[in-house]
Order: sequence, then structure tokens, then C-alpha cells
Amino acid sequence: MSQAPVIPDFGRGSTCERENGTFCLDWVGKHWHDKLGPALLQHLLLTGIALGVGFAIAFMLALAAHRRGWLATPVVLATGLLYTIPSLALFQLLVPLTGLSRVTAEIALVSYTLLILFRNVLTGLAGVPAEVRDAANGMGLTARQLLWRVELPLALPAIVAGLRIATVTVISLATVAAFVVNEGLGVPILEGLQLTFNTEMIAAGALAVALALAADGLLVLLQRALTPWTRKGVSA
Amino acid sequence: MDAEGRERMSDFTDAFRFIGEHLSLLGRLTLDHLALSGAAVGVALALALPLGVWLGHIRRGSFVAINASNIGRALPSLALISIGVAVLGIGFLNVMVALVVLAFPIVLTNAYVAVEGVDRDLVDAANGMGMTPTEVLWRVELPLALPLIFAGIRTAVVYVIATATLASIAGGHGLGDIIVDQATYRLPGVLGAAICVALLALAAELVFAGVQRAVTPRGLRIDRAWGYVEEERTKAV
Repeated sequence: MSQAPVIPDFGRGSTCERENGTFCLDWVGKHWHDKLGPALLQHLLLTGIALGVGFAIAFMLALAAHRRGWLATPVVLATGLLYTIPSLALFQLLVPLTGLSRVTAEIALVSYTLLILFRNVLTGLAGVPAEVRDAANGMGLTARQLLWRVELPLALPAIVAGLRIATVTVISLATVAAFVVNEGLGVPILEGLQLTFNTEMIAAGALAVALALAADGLLVLLQRALTPWTRKGVSA
Repeated sequence: MDAEGRERMSDFTDAFRFIGEHLSLLGRLTLDHLALSGAAVGVALALALPLGVWLGHIRRGSFVAINASNIGRALPSLALISIGVAVLGIGFLNVMVALVVLAFPIVLTNAYVAVEGVDRDLVDAANGMGMTPTEVLWRVELPLALPLIFAGIRTAVVYVIATATLASIAGGHGLGDIIVDQATYRLPGVLGAAICVALLALAAELVFAGVQRAVTPRGLRIDRAWGYVEEERTKAV
């Protein structure tokens, strides 16, 4: 970019920083401990909390809908409505209610996990073959045993596939949370944009991309480890 | 209601007052928003549809076509826009490129899966009837694939409309201009614009759900909740 950048640390920056080169590796090394590292950790925390809470809610809803089929449609419509609202808008709309806080960010992030997780858990449970269920009943399993020992293990591939989608989605959306809370990789991204400082934009942006791809990869491995019987055939 | 509660309510009342008082500004920004989104979706469709349909038709490249959307989903749009600003500079073009990059994989994967998933027996029957490959594509595969292709287009449109809100930080124009400029428009303005963007995304979702339904051959229609029958959706930002 051509316009003169405002460099974060006047005078002390390297030539590359002062001239706002496309990417200054020395800046990344210098500011890993005070900017990028902490932002990355906060990002992980924001994502982890949202996934944990979202999964708990979606899982309960899915178990309920598995018992009472009529629940599925209203839950899908409601969570689908939430899912459609652009995140920047939802974050801002929550500000009058919960302020510029982590709670605001988490409510929005959790609400975006619900549709994906609910649908995948329910689809997984519904996909258990009737014969398997009959056999379990015939063996005298109680409803609870049937759920935990038969249905949920068989639903695992679909559940982990949902977690995978939800995880990359939340990692991506958590960058936007920087508009309402001073946490996560969105903070250095927005700072870089405001200062028009290329290195910070690229470094923080690349970290967010790398985090999402790494999380996706790890979940694929988890999926394989948890469900060795699906190694062939079923894909995410 | 306590004092704090009244204050919260008044934020929302002020937001609606803001909408009422700034209809022409909001209208203009909505048009900008739609122009940017439309251009990005247009380019993405022009690139991804032929490629996805062709790959599906010849049943090749499934790894690329299917994993495109996994990778696309993992790309944080804010990160993409910021990297775009650093590399391409500020402006309409940079933002449009970022939006195209985000929409392309969604359209590609859905088009591929739609065409590739057409029942083999039907294609064989069509071949047996003496149809040329072009006829098979246009008269058998595409009609059957249309619902899923449109599911992809619908997801991409909603995704791009939502993401275009972020364009304002990178020199694109749209309703995001107000949302990211709280210093000028105050909280009521930000909330008002946020309400408009949310309604715009919901309207796009409903319109394209209708289109998707309209292009679905009668025999393939399933009456269940929207979204439950589709493959999967990519969360818009």
C-alpha cells in the first residue's frame, strides 16, 4: 500500500517496519509475546468455551428430539434463523443486552454452533439401523443402555463431523468478535487494518487461517481414532 | 421494568427511530451492499458452476471438489479480507476478490455433488436411449441436479451478503459502513444497520429457499423443515 503507515513503535522499528513492507518477519518475532501469542490463546479459549456450551445445549436438544420427533422441526427453524443472522450484526445487537464483553461474544458464537451440532447429532441417532435397535431391545437393554451403548457410539461419526464443521466455523467467526470484545486474533487483525500495517494484518490473518486448518486436521484424526470401523466408505 | 432495562429497551427504540429517520441513507447503502454481493456471487458462479458441473459430469476430481468447501469453510473471512488489503490494497476489487474466494468453494462443491450424485442407472438408461453426452447433461443430469445446485447458490448468496458487511473496513461499501463506524452513528445507528443487515440476510435466505423449491422437480420435493433436508450449510460471517 502506498499511503504512509503509522508504525506501532515509532523510530525503533526495523527498516522493513518503517517502510511498511508486505511482511516483516522480525516484527512477528518481536511481538509474538505481547500481541500474537496472547491473541492466539484468547482465540482458543473463546472457541473452546463456545464449542463446549454449544455442544451441551445441542446435545440435550437432540436427545429430546430423538425421543419426541415433533421437536426437530421447530428447533431446526429456530437455530437456522440464528444461523442466518450475520455475525457482525448479531454481536452488535447483543451489546445493549450484555455489553462489550466476552459474554456477548460467547452468546453469538454458541448460537452459531447449535444448528450444525443439533442436526448432526440427530442425524447420527436417526441413522442407527432398526435391526440393531431391535437386537439391543431383545438382549434386554434399557432405554438408557440402548442410548449410551448402542445408539451414541454408532452416531459418533456424524457427531464428530458436526463438531468439525462447528469448530472451523467458530474459529472463523471468533475473529469478528474483536468488534465487541478485546480478545482473539481479530484484535491484531483490526489493529493492523486501522494502522494499515501490512505485517500485522498478514501475520494475524495467517494465524487464524492456520488455526482453523490445524483444528480441522486434528478433528479428522480424532474422527478416525474414535471410529476405526468407518475407515472405509463413510466420509465426513 | 428497572432503570437499566428501560435503557436497554430505549437503545432498540432509538435503533428503529434511526431506521425511520435515515431511510434514504440505508436504502443507498443497501443498494451498494447488494451491488458488491451481486458482483461477487456473479463472478463466483461464472467460475465455479461450469467447473463443478463438468467435473460432476465426467465424475472426476472428487477429492478437490469435495475438499474445496472444507478448506473454504476454514478460511476466516476477516483474515482473508485483511490479507487482501495488505496484498491488493483497499477498495472494491480487493473486497470482491475476497468474497469470490469465499463463495467459490461452496458453489463448486454443491454443483459437483449434485451432478455426480445423479443416479447412475438413469444416466445409463439415457445413454442406452441414444442420447449424446451433451443431451445427457442437459436433459437428465442438470434437471435432477438443480435443487442441490441451488442449495449451494443460496448458501453462497447468504454467506456473501453477510460477509459484505465486513467489506466496510477494507474500502468496500455497504451497510457495514454504519456498523463499523460507531463514532459517527452512535449505538442506535449501529443497531439499526445491524437490524437491516440481519433482515437482508433472512430475506435472501427466504427468497432463495423459494427459488430452490421452485426448481425442484415435483417428484423430488420433500416437505420438511428447510435446512433439514439439505446437505449442509456454511455459516456466513
